[in-house]
Amino acid sequence: MTDIFRAEGLGKTYPGVRANDDISLSVGAGEIHALLGENGAGKSTLVKMIYGLVRPDEGHMQLSGQPHAPHDPRAARASGVAMVFQHFSLFDALTVAENIALGMENPPPRAELSRRIAELSQSYGLPLNPARRVVTLSAGERQRVEILRCLLQNPRLLIMDEPTSVLTPQEAEILFATLRQLAEAGTAILYISHKLEEIRTHCDRATILRHGKVVGTVDPRAHSARELAAMMVGAEMKLVDRSGRSPGEVVLDVRALSTHAAHEGVALKNIALTLRKGEILGIGGVAGNGQDELLAALSGEIASAPGTVTLSGADLSTLGPDPRRAAGLLSAPEDRLGHAAVPQFSLTENTLLTAGGRQDIVKGGLVDNTAARRFAEAVIKAFDVRTPGPGTAAGALSGGNLQKFVIGREVLGNPRVLVVNQPTWGVDAGAAASIRQALLDLAAKGAGVIVISQDLDELLELSDRFCALNNGRLSDPRPTEGLTLDEIGLMLGGAHGMEVGHVPA
Amino acid sequence: MIDPIVVFVLLLGAATPILFAALGELVAERAGVLNLGVEGMMIGGALAGFAVANVTGSTALGFVAAAVAGMALSLIFAALTQYLMSNQVATGLALALFGLGLTAMFGKPYEGLKAPSMMAGPLGLNLMIWLGLIMVPVTWWFLMRSRAGLILRAVGENHDAAHGLGYPVRRVRIGAIAFGGAMAGLGGAYISIATVLQWTEGMTAGAGWIALAIVVFAQWNPWGALAGAWLFGGVTVLQLRLQAAGVALPVQLLSMAPYLATIIVLVAISARQKFGRSGGGATPGSLGQPFHALR
Repeated sequence: MTDIFRAEGLGKTYPGVRANDDISLSVGAGEIHALLGENGAGKSTLVKMIYGLVRPDEGHMQLSGQPHAPHDPRAARASGVAMVFQHFSLFDALTVAENIALGMENPPPRAELSRRIAELSQSYGLPLNPARRVVTLSAGERQRVEILRCLLQNPRLLIMDEPTSVLTPQEAEILFATLRQLAEAGTAILYISHKLEEIRTHCDRATILRHGKVVGTVDPRAHSARELAAMMVGAEMKLVDRSGRSPGEVVLDVRALSTHAAHEGVALKNIALTLRKGEILGIGGVAGNGQDELLAALSGEIASAPGTVTLSGADLSTLGPDPRRAAGLLSAPEDRLGHAAVPQFSLTENTLLTAGGRQDIVKGGLVDNTAARRFAEAVIKAFDVRTPGPGTAAGALSGGNLQKFVIGREVLGNPRVLVVNQPTWGVDAGAAASIRQALLDLAAKGAGVIVISQDLDELLELSDRFCALNNGRLSDPRPTEGLTLDEIGLMLGGAHGMEVGHVPA
Repeated sequence: MIDPIVVFVLLLGAATPILFAALGELVAERAGVLNLGVEGMMIGGALAGFAVANVTGSTALGFVAAAVAGMALSLIFAALTQYLMSNQVATGLALALFGLGLTAMFGKPYEGLKAPSMMAGPLGLNLMIWLGLIMVPVTWWFLMRSRAGLILRAVGENHDAAHGLGYPVRRVRIGAIAFGGAMAGLGGAYISIATVLQWTEGMTAGAGWIALAIVVFAQWNPWGALAGAWLFGGVTVLQLRLQAAGVALPVQLLSMAPYLATIIVLVAISARQKFGRSGGGATPGSLGQPFHALR
């Protein structure tokens, strides 16, 4: 195997952080090479250096034997590096064709470009209409735009940053078929992911980073997911403990819950579910199928018709979030910054947002700052939130730490029912495990928990019963025991009009 | 009686200053920059244009000077907001006030003088009216069809993504701001050189604010800016004509008309966005947000 890309002794220091230290790795032609590591392990810095967004302090890189030192992404693209970003780098208001043209150095005229997009999307089984505006596309379709943008440049090295986090299992399979097809044509692929199982199934080699250093390069097929996780974290992973729970009486009863679609959202259609004490109900679905709306309808941000949301016999349907919290129905929305927490506020101030009433922090219209700080400190301690102190602004915390804080704030509020949306999105493996364990412990103490998530492994790991949310409709629950990923994928609506990619002759 | 053709010709003249300013601001906003200093750049152009035209006797040189003056003022804004990361809204407001004050000071010697007369162009309309009309399709073509325009829109829509793809966000924005300044300067000079024919302190009288409103009214589309400029130009002309025709309406009410129309149209547009159809909206995604590049 010839090496397409080779890095030797790369290092990068940010003020106060050694982001990359003596990184060496090589990616061969036709290889799908995984880059593994926790958040903050230095994966992003490494790929940004390869893509010309950041310049290394020391070390050098080679691409196809030539020195590779791009001073900006356009130079990197010109030399054959393409990248699919974790957070889509698309322009919502522009069309598919315009988005793709922006990612090319010398785009052909419009008609010619549209023809080539159609042609390429056919040959890879990734159908796309070049004239559609990106804002109207689903997450899976948006990713196709990113991938096609890369493919049109005939890259020698393709970098993919956590591409499957927004895809259904079927869509992920199609993605891997596409990647395999590309690899067979000789492209080197550098693949970043947290998802150990998919790396074990699809990648040829894996380089593991920890604290900015290379831990080792291994054959992922020869190791178990636990061993890989242990290399990432540097310690044995604790398995989540599901024991000690027994479902009790029904605590939350939702019947015939429908909402109107507001602001381009999805309307909930006749949702029915029951949740028992000590039970975890998992709700899966591809983003944009009503997850946010369901959380809002349960938390009280959207009021519904009387009799639709009942907590232990009390009708909460028409009440807002505060009375619902007082009754013991707590929630943690997906968006940490801006929805669950105010970025500019300190952690102490952020506790007030939801725990003000339940923790006796607000009394007679006055804020007890000491009590607020004490509660913030309790959350920080109980959930191992890494922060200088409760006076730190929420926006200054890393995603994982803020998420631990947000979940911890609700868990310590002794909810009767807790609804969480995407509890571990963008959170590193260690923090994700502790958040999941906290949810299980909460259920073990007798609370009912609803976990809305796009991470199916997480839902299978946590929940007793599983429902799928598809275009605002909730499927009947199925016991998680014995449910396979394939069955779940079909419950989620399959691959949303995609055909499986076929290899051209 | 009111002759429709006369009214239309007058309308074209009344619409030209706002059309120039609105097209310039539209390009800046498409690049994600909210420059509220249009009024200040217009008045700067009005004085510089009038002074140079008066001294040299050439209206063409006057307009060139106006564009340069507007651009110079806009580059102050660009330096403050793009390099020193100052707040765009506050800086824009300051620029508007700065322009008014600066011209009041330097304009004293030119008060009471007369501008040289403009040459008439085809169909009896002066060349600046024609240039304004030509700039509409040119701006549209640049934004919607050219590569540079695509990059400009990308920068305005999502500056982080544009930076991630390697486009020079800051340089694109400075270029757009400078274009906006030059266009505002031309619009201002049209008022002093072609409409009023003399220099008076504060003579732009809010045209810059109307131009800002028109950009929203136009939903960031040059053709919409033309429609908006004609609408407000039309109302202005009509209220003058109605006054002259002795219609028994209070003068104050008629003078209010263009501004009232602005408010009504803006409310209608935001109501339409709130209650329905338009998906996504046309507002550039990064409008008014400061851009910090991490290196």
